[in-house]
Amino acid sequence: MTDAPVGPRALPFVGFAALLRRDVRVARRELPYFLTRTTLQPLLFVVVFGHLLPRMGFVNRAYTAALLPGILGISLAFSSLQSVALPMVADFGFTKEIEDRLLAPVADWIVALEKVVSGILQGVLAALFVLPIARLIMGPIPSLALGHPLEVLAVTVLGAASFSTLGLVLGTVIQGQQIGLMFSIVVAPMIMFGCAYYPWTGLATIPWLQYAVLVNPLVYVSEGMRGALTPTLPHMPVPAVLAALTLVTGLLWVAGLRTFRRRAFS
Amino acid sequence: MTSGSSVSGTAGVRTTALRKVYRTRGALRRGRSGNTGNAREIVALEGLDLEIRAGEFFGLLGPNGAGKTTTIGILTTRVFPTSGSATVGNADVVSAPVDVRRRIGVVPQRPNPDRALTVRENLLFHAAYFGVPGATARARARHLLELMEIADRGDAKVDELSGGQQQRLMIARALMHEPQVLFLDEPTVGLDPHARLALWTVLRALHDEGRTVVMTTHYMEEADRLCERVAIIDRGRLLALDTPAQLKSQAPGGTLVELMLDGEAAPVTAAAAALPGVLRAEAERAILRAYAARGGEAIPGLIRCAEQAGRAVRDIHLAPPSLETLFVSLTGRKLD
Repeated sequence: MTDAPVGPRALPFVGFAALLRRDVRVARRELPYFLTRTTLQPLLFVVVFGHLLPRMGFVNRAYTAALLPGILGISLAFSSLQSVALPMVADFGFTKEIEDRLLAPVADWIVALEKVVSGILQGVLAALFVLPIARLIMGPIPSLALGHPLEVLAVTVLGAASFSTLGLVLGTVIQGQQIGLMFSIVVAPMIMFGCAYYPWTGLATIPWLQYAVLVNPLVYVSEGMRGALTPTLPHMPVPAVLAALTLVTGLLWVAGLRTFRRRAFS
Repeated sequence: MTSGSSVSGTAGVRTTALRKVYRTRGALRRGRSGNTGNAREIVALEGLDLEIRAGEFFGLLGPNGAGKTTTIGILTTRVFPTSGSATVGNADVVSAPVDVRRRIGVVPQRPNPDRALTVRENLLFHAAYFGVPGATARARARHLLELMEIADRGDAKVDELSGGQQQRLMIARALMHEPQVLFLDEPTVGLDPHARLALWTVLRALHDEGRTVVMTTHYMEEADRLCERVAIIDRGRLLALDTPAQLKSQAPGGTLVELMLDGEAAPVTAAAAALPGVLRAEAERAILRAYAARGGEAIPGLIRCAEQAGRAVRDIHLAPPSLETLFVSLTGRKLD
């Protein structure tokens, strides 16, 4: 590193990079806790529904092929959401720690964007951690195909982005004492009605529900994962999924930036 | 004054007709408020004009709720003024907040270190946000940890520091990017007397380096001992602005001059009260108490009066007027 002064034009990038380095440093230090917190629940689900029930004969073995993409989607989505929302609730609520970053010489939206990007990285990390373990627990999954890396990448990044921006909204709207409520009112229904444990086409038996769940971004993450990882099984068209995730991310970013500014400035 | 891109040197601070009205819904808050439908309006600042010179040690003195923290909030880009304007150096807090942030260091009322980082990391990452090169930042962090007497705690977690040490860490952090203006919001609240004196020494040293220091306090003594000029504000308005000495000379009654005489003082009071510059004189047995606008200047006249009445002066005691007495006369209430 040189001691040359940084020009003002370079500062936004320098500041963004430094903010991200800070989050990476903290995430690395807390990695075991982070992974336990965000992936244990989906992995336990894999043990029961991907291993025990098929062995007992209650569930068809082919179910694992529908389950794996959904489990990846859940890990990706809620790791992203939590890694943005949880620190932000604490920072804005009682510790006020974020104030030093709000006083950094970068525009406020850069501080918010950095949080979203850091959430995406942590979501991807959680999904990469879950994939091999889940595959190991479930045994061979015949229809699993890794032949569409670009689709996997696009679904992963956009899926993480949509939940990272949702984390920005929730992290700046929710008060510290309501965090428990966030999990039971927002997270739990999203998981259950997120088409993670069953494909969306299966909901055709209850048409109103099939359309109602379309407001849930996890549906697109799960279906996108299916389209990218198990393309021979029924799934939403991947381009539609990517369009939906882009729209959701855009809307939540606009909303999140508003609520972020409301909390950061008065 | 510096250009937009350079942050070396020092800068002044100016507010013009600064006004801030908070709008809240429902909840009752302290402060003056007017009801408009469901929303309550709380006027925190009511047209504040301040000019803080570059390199000045400036104090904002006032009771809780006076508008001190709102003023600091606006000047540090965290609070938007309702009307009026404020600049740091030549950067406007609303239209060029990023330029303002590059010029300022902020020490908050309550320490808000990054608890996920160590003490040294708090300094290094802060410097990184400002684009300070790594080697420079490391050297600066070493120096500031020494200066703040927390060099042995560099690798400690922030939570392991005492309150005073955390406060000093906040000052070290605020200095990592060499700001032109240092804002401190009630920096000594919650500190024990020893830590407070140590902090005063540090603040004086920072000011001696040529930095502009803007500090809020509700401790009279602190404003008196540290600040070159003090603004007394209450209910969002500027009530007085001057050097502590000048402000004190404006205190009602002026300086108290006590003369210990060798007999009853009563025969001297009438002549003493008639002296130019003496506001009031009273006797208590052998003690003559005179309140003089400019303390020392009244002494020769008072001695003459005593001698003319056949009294000898045994001792003289001067009690300078305090900011406290001025504050009470301006606001009709005490600090705290």
